[in-house]
Amino acid sequence: MKKVTRRDIMKAGAGLAVLGVAGDLVLPAGAVATSFTPEKGAALRVLRWKRFVQGDEDLWNANTKKFTELTGVKVKIDTESWEDVRPKAAVAANIGSGPDIIIGWYDDPHQYPDKLVDLTDLAEGLGNELGGWYPVCESYGKRDGRWIALPLGAAANCLVYRESWIKEAGFDKFPADTDGFLKLCQALKKNGHPPGFALGNAVGDGNMWTHWLLWTFGGKMVNDNNEVVINSPETVKALEYAKELYQTFIPGTASWLDSHNNKAFLSDKISITNNGISIYYAAKSKNMPIAKDINHSPFPIGPVGRPTELHLFTQAMVFKYSKYPNAAKEYLRFMWSKEQYEPWQQAAMGYITQPLKAYEANPIWTSDPKHTPYRDTLARMLPNGYSGTLGYASAAVMADFIVVNMVAEAATGAVSPKAAAAKAEKRAKRYYRV
Amino acid sequence: MAQQTQSAVVPPKITFWERFENNRNLLGLFLMLPTAALLVTFLAYPLGLGVWLGLTDTTIGREGVFIGLENYKWLFADSVFWLSVFNTFLYTTVASTIKFGLGLWLALILNQHIPFKSLIRAIILLPWIVPTVLSAVAFWWIYDSQFSIISWSLMKLGFIDQYINFLGEKNNARAAVIIANIWRGVPFVAISLLAGLQTISPILYEAATLDGANKWQQFRHVTLPMLTPIISVVMTFSVLFTFTDFQLIYVLTRGGPINATHLMATLSFQRAIPGGHLGEGAAIAVAMIPFLLAAILFSYFGLQRRAWQQGGGH
Repeated sequence: MKKVTRRDIMKAGAGLAVLGVAGDLVLPAGAVATSFTPEKGAALRVLRWKRFVQGDEDLWNANTKKFTELTGVKVKIDTESWEDVRPKAAVAANIGSGPDIIIGWYDDPHQYPDKLVDLTDLAEGLGNELGGWYPVCESYGKRDGRWIALPLGAAANCLVYRESWIKEAGFDKFPADTDGFLKLCQALKKNGHPPGFALGNAVGDGNMWTHWLLWTFGGKMVNDNNEVVINSPETVKALEYAKELYQTFIPGTASWLDSHNNKAFLSDKISITNNGISIYYAAKSKNMPIAKDINHSPFPIGPVGRPTELHLFTQAMVFKYSKYPNAAKEYLRFMWSKEQYEPWQQAAMGYITQPLKAYEANPIWTSDPKHTPYRDTLARMLPNGYSGTLGYASAAVMADFIVVNMVAEAATGAVSPKAAAAKAEKRAKRYYRV
Repeated sequence: MAQQTQSAVVPPKITFWERFENNRNLLGLFLMLPTAALLVTFLAYPLGLGVWLGLTDTTIGREGVFIGLENYKWLFADSVFWLSVFNTFLYTTVASTIKFGLGLWLALILNQHIPFKSLIRAIILLPWIVPTVLSAVAFWWIYDSQFSIISWSLMKLGFIDQYINFLGEKNNARAAVIIANIWRGVPFVAISLLAGLQTISPILYEAATLDGANKWQQFRHVTLPMLTPIISVVMTFSVLFTFTDFQLIYVLTRGGPINATHLMATLSFQRAIPGGHLGEGAAIAVAMIPFLLAAILFSYFGLQRRAWQQGGGH
């Protein structure tokens, strides 16, 4: 692969400037200096997950069109339902042909790092210009000191709650610690407004809240050396807490998949759940009276004393089989730049939290104060393979719902917390074997 | 002249083409080649590849190396795998048996002279025609823990005071997915058996009536023996479909709660694709083969032999 030198960058910059003048599109001052010259006759195919919010897709496509007008590089965008991107990306990596850019999930790039174009120059350039990447982005995007993927952000989760019911339960504001949270849930249950959190094999919501729970009590799947340490007193404490919390849940959460909590919340069945901004967005866009009563909070903090959240992390990968790696990089640079990223984030209603700190200033986070808790979700996030490295094992452990199943088993009383932790240990060791 | 006699002595030369045309074995082999090629490409090769993958540690994005039976050794010690084996057997046995019973019953009813016969037959087929995913989504709503129409109705009628936890409790969930499968599978059994019933000559029933056989005796000694070959084929397919079911489970529960409804097929997918361990996923799929073979042999030969004993076949 051709390394981009400083000289290339200058040349590209000059080229763009000429283009800019010709096309009456002058790059604003302070725009990202790192840029790449697309190969002659380049055309790109991009595979991304299907939008959760219509505005996301509209603006993504509009930005892409702008890119094509500016550079002449044609870009074809395919979308797949979010859970189908992972297998497609894997097949593309395996057979060495497919879309030039795939926007995938979590630890995807760590499953085939040698099939991906090194994006270090691009990621560092963006990082320097835009306030730097959050630490969790480096965990996901970097491997052995090189960037193998470009974080796009995360479809983040917060606790979604009904303000009036919290007040009715005697709480002025949403509790920030796990003890207060349990008390709140118990009070809500007593008032006939139980909370509800997915405990079925729910890929998104189930994994997110159970990982938070495990981590906030100090439990974790593996230590820094990738040794399975899930069977620990901390885990057992987390599971005992889960058991108490589960007593306050609405019946049936053991069967819940990703969309159950949205439906239940919007029809006044539950008072708290964990979700993306989509519940609020749905209520607001349909002018439901409930929208006024919805608010959001970060996950409460437990004995570890710091935030330990997991969010649906997404990032772009450029594959080595692509004939136009520079065009691909230029496309990503363009889409990640302020002029494109900020309006896109706004159009997506804040559904995606930024990976770069400069975008904290995006007005989307303050235009409606109810959006604000989502702004800092990536700063509060840990990678799913915490605290080991990302790779085959971390991906498999999450896909096999080991944490979700462990919490569900202990919470529902199917087995004791100790037995649930021991079972999870046995299952995880199958993947973290040497 | 001399030359002519000489040439007459030499036996006529048979070209390769002529020999080929007249040799039945060779020609037969040749005519079978296209079919063989199709079978090898689309059946044998994928199957062989699956078996091979099961013997490697292939993960998504990386070629695996041969590791012998290690995948199977790990699976053997995996409680979730054994749970899925148990679930698969429970699911297949219960669902297939009930599907057979209900299917046969429906077929017998439909074989009677009833008004609007064709219309009713068409309606019976509906569950089978609707795409599985659609019917699964319908059941998903029916079984919802908060919005279930069944729970709602029973509650309004005053039979229950709390919504039924259809998919959240392990035995409820198993029963629920089995019922959904039965609903979907009965039409296939019923219509196939109905076709079988209609091939039975009325003369046999007349003869039986003359011999003084009552309805039950007619069923036991005429209908059932004549129907056995069809039953064996239908049940073989029914067992196969049930054993390898995937979509229903995937939509309804994803294998939950706590893996209580994970079948071998869904577990294989979960481990291979989202989990990335193609080798292990393939091993689970391959582990289904012996069970499948046993099920087929049982329903096929087990039922066929009875047909021979009754003087059917040959």
